[in-house]
Amino acid sequence: MIDFTMIWAVIIAFGVIMYVLMDGFDLGVGILYPFAPDEGSRDVMMNSVAPVWDGNETWLVLGGAGLLGAFPLVYSVLLPALYLGVFLLLAGLIFRGVAFEFRFKASPASKGYWSAAFAGGSTVAALAQGIVVGAYIQGFETENFTYVGGAFDWLTPFTLVTGIGLVLGYALLGSTWLIMKTEGEIQDWAYRVTPKLLAGVLGIFLVISFWTPLVDSFVRDRWFNNLFSIWLLPAGALGCAYLIFRSVNKRSEGLPFVATMGLFIFTYLGLLASKWPYVVPPAYTLYDAASARESQMFLLLGVLFVIPVVLGYTAWTYWVFRGKVRAGEGYH
Amino acid sequence: MEFDPVLLSRIQFAFVVSFHAIFPVFTIGLASYIALLEGLHFKTGNPQWAQLSKFWTKVFAVTFGMGVVSGIVMSFQFGTNWSNFAQMSANFLGPILSYEVVTAFFLEAAFLGVLLFGRDKVPRGTHLFAAIMVALGTFISSFWILVANSWMHTPAGVEFQDGMLHVRSWAEAIFNPSFPYRFTHMAVASFLTGSFVVAGVSAWYLLKGHMVEANKKALSMCLWMILFLAPAQAVIGDFHGLNTLEYQPTKVAAMEGNWERQAGAPLLLFALPDQAAQENHFEIGIPNLASIILTHSADGEIPGINEVPLAEQPPVAIVFWSFRIMVGIGLVMIAVGLWGLVLRLRGKLYEPGMLHRFLPVMIAAPFVAVVAGWFTTEAGRAPWLVYGMIDFAQGVTPSLTGWMAMLSLIGYMSVYAVVYASGGYYLWRIVQGGMSAPEQPVDTSGAHPKRPLSAGGPIGDAAPAAPIKGDWT
Repeated sequence: MIDFTMIWAVIIAFGVIMYVLMDGFDLGVGILYPFAPDEGSRDVMMNSVAPVWDGNETWLVLGGAGLLGAFPLVYSVLLPALYLGVFLLLAGLIFRGVAFEFRFKASPASKGYWSAAFAGGSTVAALAQGIVVGAYIQGFETENFTYVGGAFDWLTPFTLVTGIGLVLGYALLGSTWLIMKTEGEIQDWAYRVTPKLLAGVLGIFLVISFWTPLVDSFVRDRWFNNLFSIWLLPAGALGCAYLIFRSVNKRSEGLPFVATMGLFIFTYLGLLASKWPYVVPPAYTLYDAASARESQMFLLLGVLFVIPVVLGYTAWTYWVFRGKVRAGEGYH
Repeated sequence: MEFDPVLLSRIQFAFVVSFHAIFPVFTIGLASYIALLEGLHFKTGNPQWAQLSKFWTKVFAVTFGMGVVSGIVMSFQFGTNWSNFAQMSANFLGPILSYEVVTAFFLEAAFLGVLLFGRDKVPRGTHLFAAIMVALGTFISSFWILVANSWMHTPAGVEFQDGMLHVRSWAEAIFNPSFPYRFTHMAVASFLTGSFVVAGVSAWYLLKGHMVEANKKALSMCLWMILFLAPAQAVIGDFHGLNTLEYQPTKVAAMEGNWERQAGAPLLLFALPDQAAQENHFEIGIPNLASIILTHSADGEIPGINEVPLAEQPPVAIVFWSFRIMVGIGLVMIAVGLWGLVLRLRGKLYEPGMLHRFLPVMIAAPFVAVVAGWFTTEAGRAPWLVYGMIDFAQGVTPSLTGWMAMLSLIGYMSVYAVVYASGGYYLWRIVQGGMSAPEQPVDTSGAHPKRPLSAGGPIGDAAPAAPIKGDWT
């Protein structure tokens, strides 16, 4: 018997990290918006992500639909548990999403509002996503496969720290993206902010590393009971951090972004390893949360065929829009 | 004060889905129109096709953006407000919605970037291909979402096991009894919506004498579409109604305002349904006509609303009136098609006149009709989420309290008010800004020439809020 549930766990895990990396950099560009050198730089920054942001955000929709299809319990416990947080996330995504079109249509007088909507929406969405990560580490109060906790269980000092961590992390993805995609003044600025953001990310990383075992004994046991190989993951993350630092100093253009993606991937794998095999911690494993075997199989048939095609044409669109974005391109 | 989370969740879903629905219904039609224009330009090289395509792509960009963000909201509503329903129906709806994402949303999103921003970066044939892929994506998307929706109305191919629905037959569940009718009805509605919007704007430009040649072409195309599709839609709607009579008789009874089963039922033109008293006030009707329409016999029997207990009845007044609004607008659409034909036969189609003044008003009509149609069918399903299987009270999120639902409802309303008022305003400005002049026809380089303005481009720099005077010929 093929273990479809395991295959689906890998697919969903892949979908989530695709979302984090891809929407991460375009949310990051939004988070950095208020600190950009000037309004002209903001045009270029937005144009660097305008052709691809919509595709990036589709991975989030896949996350929602895919969870419903493969692990419905995750969908039907996490969303009620995060109810008001989900509203904030969606409101943020709405404002920053429409800002792409509206900002370039707006009169000079109202353009600033849409710059603010783009920055504010991106920041709120990133914060909300980071809070989801924290809430996931904390676990959810359930009874009989249903969420029974309160309306604000997701909002704690710990989740706020993870939220700020992800805001800084996305901003780092954004700044290294801009190093790769821009030149001149914007690139110089991106080179300057990247080490600061990296320091912030590492700071939060450290705080969470010490705090998480205190929040959750399961995680503590996982890390401190004779599972040596798990320590390779934070080691890899620190290696990537060093690579970012060094490549920025050498003014490499592509490597900082690649190394930041590496930092995210190692951290993400560390998080998965901490909780495995629980997908609705602390009570339910991926097997408890799985949908019916025939449903997993029906969806798998199509997905295995379609996802490579999706990756193919997504890569092609990135290739079409390769190279530096210059002032006056795109919308101008 | 106690708020009812079930009622508020219903209102919230109705609100976010109504706002969302008007975008895809327009973009499905418009995407095909843009693909057609790009194809005509590719084939003939006539710059007027490119001129039309570029203008409508700008409109498309703004509309699609609003559709995307309101769509992201939809993908989480099942989980936030209807988590028990999501859990119970996940074995079917989960894979269906996932298929929508992987086969349609990615296709639309990826190629939209190339359609909007890639005109100067890819060969012309590739740009046309991108336009076709976007159009195809919108269609595939409507296929899957209407599979899901139709299944909630006429569930098939599933059975309950341990509190969850399990799929017994995918073919039966996907091609459930109401799907073919609903899909066709919606696809034609999309083309009608696109046609009326383009016709309205083109007619207005003709009135103003702006870019006359291109807009004559557009108006003519749209009026041909309306002439054939508006009557076709009435026929499809009739078939859909017969299907509903078979599978959801109470909904049809509510649409007709028919409380007691009766033979030779009248078609009510006006009535004030009173659910508490289980009767209508101030009825005005045409004798026997409802029976003729629904059973094709003057004394055919029409089911009554009171055949099910009050608790299982849909809100009759909403279903009754939204149905009449939809049908009324449909009849006006048929009349517009015929009006256009008469003017065309007299050779007066392009002379500014009454029709050109009326068409801009009609831009709103298809949107109202679509939302009214959805209210008819969705409110008519009440109190069921999955007809006959899962009702509202069973499906709602157990941990959801009234104040949480109230807070999110107010939140969505506020956000949508700001975003969609702005979107409407910017769309108006695009129309006000007018079309840019056609380019010189010779273009043999294989790629579009570099130009300062790409699709979806700004209107702020080139065009002030008021129409450009020099541009109006």
